[in-house]
Amino acid sequence: MGSDVWVIADHAGGSPRRITLELLGKGRELADARGGRLVAVALGHPLDGLPRTLGEYGADAVLSVEHPHLRSYSTEAYTEVLSGIVRQRAPWLVMVPSTAWGRDCAPRLAARVGAGVVTDVEALWVQDGRLQARRPMYTRKVMGTVEYVGDGPHLAVVLPKVFAPAERREGRTADVEVVAVQVPEPRTRLVETRSLQRERVSLTEAEVVVSGGRGLRGPENFALLDALAAELGAAVGSSRPPVDSGWVPHDYEIGQTGKTVSPTVYIAVGISGAPQHLAGMSGSKYIVAINKDPNAPIFQVASLGVVGDLFQIVPKLTEEVRRLKAQG
Amino acid sequence: MDVVVCVKQVPDTEQPIRVRPDGGGVEEQGLNWILNYYDEHAVEEALRVREKHGGTVTVVCVGPARATEALRTALAMGADEAVHVQDPALDGADHLGVARVLAETIRQLRYDLVLCGRLATDDNASVVGPALAEYLGLPQATAISRLDISDGVAAVEREVEGGVEVLQVPLPAVFTVERTINEPRYPTLPGIMKAKRKEIRTLGLRDLGLEPGQVGAEAARVRYSRFDPPPRREAGRVVTPDSPEEGARLIAQFLQETAKVL
Ligand SMILES: Cc1cc2nc3c(=O)[nH]c(=O)nc-3n(C[C@H](O)[C@H](O)[C@H](O)COP(=O)(O)OP(=O)(O)OC[C@H]3O[C@@H](n4cnc5c(N)ncnc54)[C@H](O)[C@@H]3O)c2cc1C
Repeated sequence: MGSDVWVIADHAGGSPRRITLELLGKGRELADARGGRLVAVALGHPLDGLPRTLGEYGADAVLSVEHPHLRSYSTEAYTEVLSGIVRQRAPWLVMVPSTAWGRDCAPRLAARVGAGVVTDVEALWVQDGRLQARRPMYTRKVMGTVEYVGDGPHLAVVLPKVFAPAERREGRTADVEVVAVQVPEPRTRLVETRSLQRERVSLTEAEVVVSGGRGLRGPENFALLDALAAELGAAVGSSRPPVDSGWVPHDYEIGQTGKTVSPTVYIAVGISGAPQHLAGMSGSKYIVAINKDPNAPIFQVASLGVVGDLFQIVPKLTEEVRRLKAQG
Repeated sequence: MDVVVCVKQVPDTEQPIRVRPDGGGVEEQGLNWILNYYDEHAVEEALRVREKHGGTVTVVCVGPARATEALRTALAMGADEAVHVQDPALDGADHLGVARVLAETIRQLRYDLVLCGRLATDDNASVVGPALAEYLGLPQATAISRLDISDGVAAVEREVEGGVEVLQVPLPAVFTVERTINEPRYPTLPGIMKAKRKEIRTLGLRDLGLEPGQVGAEAARVRYSRFDPPPRREAGRVVTPDSPEEGARLIAQFLQETAKVL
């Protein structure tokens, strides 16, 4: 069996997305430990400068697969292409980003090639020669350790923001191999992708997340969070009640039935801290909470908790942040 | 339109869940077992398809004896039939093993559409749906928030980063559903009474023509080696400031000096 570590790139407009860099960072370490190469796999049409950029981020080799049917993600085309090259080249580990397409594709790919697959991966390491993965379970009340059986290929669907991104070094190059593939016309047709028309930082990639709960009382008050987020370069999220009440769309939701985020700072505003909410954010490095109830459970996990009225504190905080930034 | 819905029984996460002292699993005593939250949405969607297009709804579960209750819940919501696959040889099966068992079960049924929940709230794996689609050789779409069927083609929507994809998928197909797809109905009292009397078909691996070595622990490519409580978060500081300005200043200072994001 092989010893290479593969990273399936998530990319847009010819550039790797942040999660790809995180996978390359961790992949480098695992490939070195295993004595294999770090291989980035890029699927798309066109790929433009992407393969070269992946080399600058530390990939030893890049498999570049261009085909018109790979212009946008489709389960069938991706599974077909990836299973073909995985079977042919037998990597030890395939790292897939936990994105909408990664979660759609990886289990099917695993089933097709007969590989073990672990999703929601937050740690990967080798012990006694065997690959191990750690993942949250039961609304993050439990961390499970999973051991991969056999020699591979192993599939890991990795959550964003858990590994440090690889650094770019200009001039570093990878062996780029253009892989010719035949891709049958997928049975499923992508009619359109409706953009949500929101110019905001992506929730799962953001360094800072400002999140609002039922305490915000109405959709109009999310403007307070938008203003703060704009100063901080942060993404805006929410607990579940604002979604259920139709104040914000479902893609804001953080928690058991929403997204999992692990930003450097999570600012919970008017959120009580129910277990189902904590499930999606308690992996954050720092948690700041603003809540008028001194007994709110969120304060039990907060690095800094401020008891008070959000409607008074948040606008002042936005001003204060602006002032500090102006000071430089 | 005959719809098959795959369901799982999971512990209610409203209740405390504790790791056993030996790290070998979670403390099962005192757990309240329920129909997986997303599977309720899948059952609901199947019922709506039946209401619109006619046909049947069959719920299928792979799990131990207690999981029968999850099937009863689905029957009480209005499903027509239930199939329960239980076999001691499935102890230690991984998700691919379970998906294969589901595939063989579904092959014995009539279906135009297979629905699953987006994930199960116990292990959050979200592996079974797409793996099942693969074993059945069917097209798939995961985490769909909308389903419209006409002329044997499903129009579905799914949330992706920064947008919503609209797909056309020829049936039969496998879909996993997001919670925003519908609001599940509550079982009615007559529904519950009727569900109690319904027969649940129970199958073992042999009935499916499967060997333990194909789907059980031996075939598993991943296995849980231990469970731990999550790392404890360092105790923080909770302050009641004298004024909103003071509160704002404390937070801004924290962002700048401790978190270093300013
Ligand atoms: C199966 C299941 C899945 C779930 N999944 C999720 C999930 O993914 N995400 C999620 O978030 N929830 C989820 N929930 C719901 C969860 O149990 C809680 O109900 C929810 O998280 C509560 O949201 P909240 O904190 O915004 O509201 P509340 O619990 O109502 O808290 C509002 C808080 O705002 C504070 N507040 C009010 N006014 C002010 C003010 N002026 N200034 C400061 N503070 C104020 C209050 O003191 C209170 O603490 C799920 C529940 C179930 C059963």
